[in-house]
Amino acid sequence: MKAAVVQLPGLNRDRDMIAALTKIGGKAPVTVWQTETEIPDSVDLIVIPGGFSYGDYLRCGAIAARMPVMQAIKAKAEAGVKVLGVCNGFQILLEAGLLPGALMRNASLKFVCKEIKLEVANAETDFTRAYSQGQILRCPVAHHDGNFFADAETLARIEGNGQVVFRYAEGTNPNGSLNDIAGVINEKGNVLGMMPHPENLIEAAHGGSDGRGLFASALEVIAA
Amino acid sequence: MIKARVTVTLKNGVLDPQGKAIEGALGALGFEGLGHVRQGKVFDLELQTADKAKAEADLKDMCEKLLANTVIENYTIALA
Repeated sequence: MKAAVVQLPGLNRDRDMIAALTKIGGKAPVTVWQTETEIPDSVDLIVIPGGFSYGDYLRCGAIAARMPVMQAIKAKAEAGVKVLGVCNGFQILLEAGLLPGALMRNASLKFVCKEIKLEVANAETDFTRAYSQGQILRCPVAHHDGNFFADAETLARIEGNGQVVFRYAEGTNPNGSLNDIAGVINEKGNVLGMMPHPENLIEAAHGGSDGRGLFASALEVIAA
Repeated sequence: MIKARVTVTLKNGVLDPQGKAIEGALGALGFEGLGHVRQGKVFDLELQTADKAKAEADLKDMCEKLLANTVIENYTIALA
């Protein structure tokens, strides 16, 4: 299996993501720069990390979502390649139209940087098989615009389809997200976006390893 | 050259935390009788064409592709 990490100006969690993929997958991912128009055929998992691409100008992820590399990612997603977007990566996937809904300014208007509780709301995806249904994870969040919104019809559809993969649990919703939504997957089940940072909780030095299961799931399925 | 102003606002029913904060701040300044406050964005654009129909079509395309996120936002276009 081979993973790729996308790099854009202003993304700053790419090193953490590369470290997590390397430690859990056993080999370093390739990196893909924003101007690249092709992603190698050997890549089975594309990861868009967090940060502040293009300074969050216009709307978070809006400019990044219009860069050439996104056309290549869209083509790969349509072909069934797995795509994971974390934090700003989630915002970029939404702006690119690869996932339903939008992320608004946190209800508190404050940047939140803390640990929350995360419920695995769907453990039957290629990204969550290592977890059990309803399992509660510890996970850090760090964002200003994580307040998930979708119109009533879209919300009913994604809830009905099991596309809500992660929810903030035990009253730890840090941003006012509708239905405590922290992560959603596309209908096909190969594109996942989430606000929390599983790459920052993968080993003892982080104080816990609850985030490992996400990468183990994605990488094991690919290896199988 | 044609000058245009694009206004982007949140759709009805979309929570606007920033508008709420502004509403609270105006109340704190003593402005009375204030209803809801909603905030948005304004873009002033210059288009190198004399063709109004083309300018309007291009502006609509710009709004749909970048200036507005039509999941949560509406836009209006006004030519100067």
